[in-house]
Amino acid sequence: MRIVVDFDLCESNAVCMGIAPEIFEVRDDDFLYVLNENPPESMRAKMEESVQRCPKQAISIAED
Amino acid sequence: MTPTTVIVGASLAGINAARTLRLQGQLGPIVVVDADPERPYDRPPLSKQILTGEWEPEKILLPAGKEDLNLDFRLGTRAKALDLASRQIILEGPTGALETSSFDSLVIASGASARRLPDTAGIAGVHVVRTLADSLALRAELDAGPFRVVVIGAGFIGAEVASSCRKRGLDVTLVEALPLPLERILGAEMGQVCAQVHIENGVDLRLDTGVLQIETSSVDGVERVRAVVLSDGTVVEAEVVVVGIGVTVNTQWLEGSGIALDDGVMCDNTLLAAPDVVAAGDIARYPSARFGRTLRVEHWETAIAGGEAAARRLLAEASGETPAVFDPVPWFWSDQYDRKIQLAGRPMPTDECRIVHGTTAEFRFVALYGDGDRLTGVLGMNRPRHVVQLRALFDEGVSFSEACERAAAL
Ligand SMILES: Cc1cc2nc3c(=O)[nH]c(=O)nc-3n(C[C@H](O)[C@H](O)[C@H](O)COP(=O)(O)OP(=O)(O)OC[C@H]3O[C@@H](n4cnc5c(N)ncnc54)[C@H](O)[C@@H]3O)c2cc1C
Ligand code: SF4
Repeated sequence: MRIVVDFDLCESNAVCMGIAPEIFEVRDDDFLYVLNENPPESMRAKMEESVQRCPKQAISIAED
Repeated sequence: MTPTTVIVGASLAGINAARTLRLQGQLGPIVVVDADPERPYDRPPLSKQILTGEWEPEKILLPAGKEDLNLDFRLGTRAKALDLASRQIILEGPTGALETSSFDSLVIASGASARRLPDTAGIAGVHVVRTLADSLALRAELDAGPFRVVVIGAGFIGAEVASSCRKRGLDVTLVEALPLPLERILGAEMGQVCAQVHIENGVDLRLDTGVLQIETSSVDGVERVRAVVLSDGTVVEAEVVVVGIGVTVNTQWLEGSGIALDDGVMCDNTLLAAPDVVAAGDIARYPSARFGRTLRVEHWETAIAGGEAAARRLLAEASGETPAVFDPVPWFWSDQYDRKIQLAGRPMPTDECRIVHGTTAEFRFVALYGDGDRLTGVLGMNRPRHVVQLRALFDEGVSFSEACERAAAL
């Protein structure tokens, strides 16, 4: 699973970071950084929750 | 026979309830009823990107509404009445024809509607913003470049509409009945900061001011707004008026049904309103042990979480599992001009408010609210990371003073 963030949509509200700080980090520059684009399968539920809870529909999961 | 679930409201709470039921394995029919004829869409952009013209309606379709979940959508159909004993609901279809629909379980997710000013029905140029149709109608009038927009109510929706109009370069007068905007939610100190944000962005802000009357004139046989008369006697001429004075819950169809109503549908702490009947989203009032009172939360995230929890509640009932308690930490955001306001928790306006990060002068800060030594709120302006991190302190059960220390160290 690969995490894809559409940075044109992302508004750095850090919701995803609240769900999975191991993967998503909003830094002091107010930009979102994806710490690990290929999270382990064990994190799938959290990744799906992030997809659903992103208010901008900016996150998607690619299977490759 | 497989059980049938009826969901009233195909918006955020209803759709997420439907999605959860399906993904958790419910096989029977799921009928999703909504009075709005549009495909399920997201509301926050209605006062933001749709109004400014940055986004087109296609972009705000709810993702779950586009998934293939085998839902039986009845759009343009209104629930008129509920008979709990016989588990039937009376629906009015797009043509006005009535039909009776039976259910085994029911999700009440009919949300809320924008409150309007009395005696303004049918006056052209007077708007509210709750539905896509509302937002597009207002946008069409903003496209025409009115010389002034009067926004009545400086709550979150009013503030966002004012912001979107300023982004379009329009002159805005924002009228608020309270001495400070958002005072009842954020307290006086933060209300003052919010007022300043409007003023810095060129809004003509009139606080402590009511509206006496909407003056109209007849244009080509159409009664159209001409001016707004304020409680201090001033007359503000405007071609467009937007009313943002809060909402009323859509409980009309439940009156007399036996469902307990009190500014919302009264639920238990698992969102159950009656046997096999749950409620979620803006309409649901539930007892919060966390905040020591009943809450009815009008936030985007709570509608998603509530929809999911309500669906799980029904499934728990069916399988005999112990249902989970619903008591999340409320969280919302509001975009105003170039500022992003986020609040986690539910402070009372009288709670103590302490700035723990940044300064209000730069409009980039974090403030914590406390009632005695209990943490009640985390407010951020352009500080999303801090709000998200500090929100977690609610679940850690951290005291107000410790939360302030932890916040200062972030
Ligand atoms: C303009 C705007 C901007 C917002 N911005 C933000 C924001 O920035 N951040 C935030 O956290 N929250 C925001 N919100 C709040 C958020 O959108 C709501 O909390 C959320 O929409 C609630 O979802 P819901 O499904 O409970 O109810 P609703 O969205 O109100 O949906 C209820 C649905 O039920 C239908 N319905 C009602 N009565 C009947 C009936 N009798 N029969 C059939 N159908 C019926 C309605 O047509 C509607 O589609 C905003 C809301 C608005 C209006
Ligand atoms: S939740 Fe969405 S919008 Fe917010 S920071 Fe994450 S990706 Fe960006």
